[in-house]
Amino acid sequence: MDILLQQIINGFVQGSVYAMVALGYTMVYGILGLINFAHGEVVMIGAMVAMSVIQLLISSGLPPLLILLISLIISIMVCMALGYSIERIAYRPLRKAPRLAPLITAIGVSIVLQNLAMIFWGRAYHAFPSLLPNNSHMLSGAIITEVQILIVLVALGMMGSLLLLMHRTRLGRAMRAVAENPSAAILMGVNINGVIAITFMLGSALAAVAGMMVSANYGIVHYYMGSILGLKAFTAAVLGGIGNMRGAMVGGLLLGLIESLGAGYIGDLSGGFLGSHYQDVFAFFVLISVLVFRPSGLLGERVAERA
Amino acid sequence: MLNISHSIEPIMPHNQLSLLLALSITTLAACSESKTPVTSGTDELVVKIGAAAPLTGPQAHIGKDNENGTRMAIEDANTKGIIIGGRKARFELISEDDQADPKTATIVAQKLVDAKVNGVIGHLNSGTSIPASRIYNDNSIPQISPSATAVGYTAQGLKTVFRVMSNDGQQGKALGEFAAKTLNAKNIAVIDDRSAYGQGLADEFIKSVQANGVQIVAREYTTDKAVDFTAVLTSIKGKHPDLLFFGGMDPQGVPMAKQLKALGLNVKFVMGDGGYTPKLLDLAGDAADGVYASLPGVPLEQMPGGKDFSQRYEAKYKQPIQLYAPYCYDAVNVMIAAMQKATSADPAKYLPELAKITHSGVTANIAFDEKGDIKSGAVTMYQVQQGKWQPLQTMGGNTTISAH
Repeated sequence: MDILLQQIINGFVQGSVYAMVALGYTMVYGILGLINFAHGEVVMIGAMVAMSVIQLLISSGLPPLLILLISLIISIMVCMALGYSIERIAYRPLRKAPRLAPLITAIGVSIVLQNLAMIFWGRAYHAFPSLLPNNSHMLSGAIITEVQILIVLVALGMMGSLLLLMHRTRLGRAMRAVAENPSAAILMGVNINGVIAITFMLGSALAAVAGMMVSANYGIVHYYMGSILGLKAFTAAVLGGIGNMRGAMVGGLLLGLIESLGAGYIGDLSGGFLGSHYQDVFAFFVLISVLVFRPSGLLGERVAERA
Repeated sequence: MLNISHSIEPIMPHNQLSLLLALSITTLAACSESKTPVTSGTDELVVKIGAAAPLTGPQAHIGKDNENGTRMAIEDANTKGIIIGGRKARFELISEDDQADPKTATIVAQKLVDAKVNGVIGHLNSGTSIPASRIYNDNSIPQISPSATAVGYTAQGLKTVFRVMSNDGQQGKALGEFAAKTLNAKNIAVIDDRSAYGQGLADEFIKSVQANGVQIVAREYTTDKAVDFTAVLTSIKGKHPDLLFFGGMDPQGVPMAKQLKALGLNVKFVMGDGGYTPKLLDLAGDAADGVYASLPGVPLEQMPGGKDFSQRYEAKYKQPIQLYAPYCYDAVNVMIAAMQKATSADPAKYLPELAKITHSGVTANIAFDEKGDIKSGAVTMYQVQQGKWQPLQTMGGNTTISAH
């Protein structure tokens, strides 16, 4: 029983990681209908910047939490600037182009960022300094660490504040207006370019936070970390219904749980016929079935249609 | 240029492509011609050495280390001024990125063949070396892998295939005996990353421990890109093993070691040569303490030229050797030695010499058996103690390698 509980906790934590990244995908998609494939790389840049800042400050004698906060703020700022530039350079000139064009530039941006990071930070894996308290707690036979608890809380907090932003602020209303009908939004006096730029900057800020949490959990950063994470998070976003904030959370958690329970039990359930190498097959099989029966994902619809 | 195209024209087939073909051949010929004029015998002989390893992706740090080792050997040879068949040889490195991907490896192999390399040092992984080896073999280009250890690599019966490192049969056997006899494990769990290397080594390990009467309680899998292993580790925890073997590389070994501790799984953690890197110490921190790993061959400090090599390497590249750089260095030198013996860099001529060579390298005395495997199959076990890799014991192999 404690093994089952442990697997559920594992899945929950992994799922929250996916959800944090998925929120970034889903927000941009919700507003622009664009899949920002470079989002995974922004997460990686966020982690790398945070790591570099921590390494600079670690010998300064400042309290660890303060160092963490400073590095988080710097990493958020760098990522926001990056998000803004990506939008300005790679997406804005293509806003009127066919849908495929920005998708291709998104992939291009992701390759560029990955290789720039490789040149700048090198090919090696880097240790992410462990500044967060990381004690383990027993939960009726299962173990959860403090960083893991924090990840789940941060993911929930991110989703909550995004929902508030979307539905309770002027900016949120402007975002929803742009999502629903850009031309009508212009006529109503909404500064489209400004709103879209802010959307990207917010998404990138989320990426920075996600990057930091992921690296704190696994303890290593690498220029390649964004691509697999991005792919899984994208899957989670689609699973939950891309464009839908709650969907990203549900999709992330579900994907995490499927992977964890799948990997943990598939071998025993099938009498050794299928092993844990079918983990991804299992996860993507669920994705395919969801898309066949509910093409818009579990919770469906984009931000705008719901507004 | 005109001259050459005239000489080529008569043999061109009479179809629409002939002009294009003639042009491209002319350009190619002109290119290589400009570098190596063959007017007199005293001129340089250009020998192209191909190298292939993942230079991007998760294993890029190990791939770059391979390239560094290869480059160092080539630069050394150029400084020494090697004479092959009465002509001064100038060695050129053509390094390609195979991304540790079997499909890319075949593309890269074809690229190297098209570049008319005289020999290939690579690839890093077994999963890439095996598909690439057929392409080299079809074009009769000798291939020496510094680090591909899967048994299947040399078991294909290809004449052009060699390696300078003990294979997984030898390594897995030593690891299994170490787990069963030295560490007295009773219940063993095994994870592998489903790569040709990880899977092959795990299978050989299992064969060896079972031969020693120890049972395998769990067999789990992951990928060479994963970072989260909590699900499989939790499942393993439910089966109460006392030892966990992981067939894979350090990028997975590090988070696995950490997650083992975080999940309160108290097992001895053993890896193959993919775990024996300075990076593992650096990344895993405290979690690295007590981790076991093996490395084919003898410890660097005990290699015939190990100390000198590692000093020169560090001075040149400003970083410690990751893993296989000395083996790459030896692979190049063995190839050059065979060319010197054959007094030719022509693959067809030096290949027979390569097969029967004995060369005292940095890592060991190198000689190949009929399959292309290195004859001395020594394997050394290491453990992380106080943040450092400490050699525990050297197993198997013959004792022709002397420490000094």
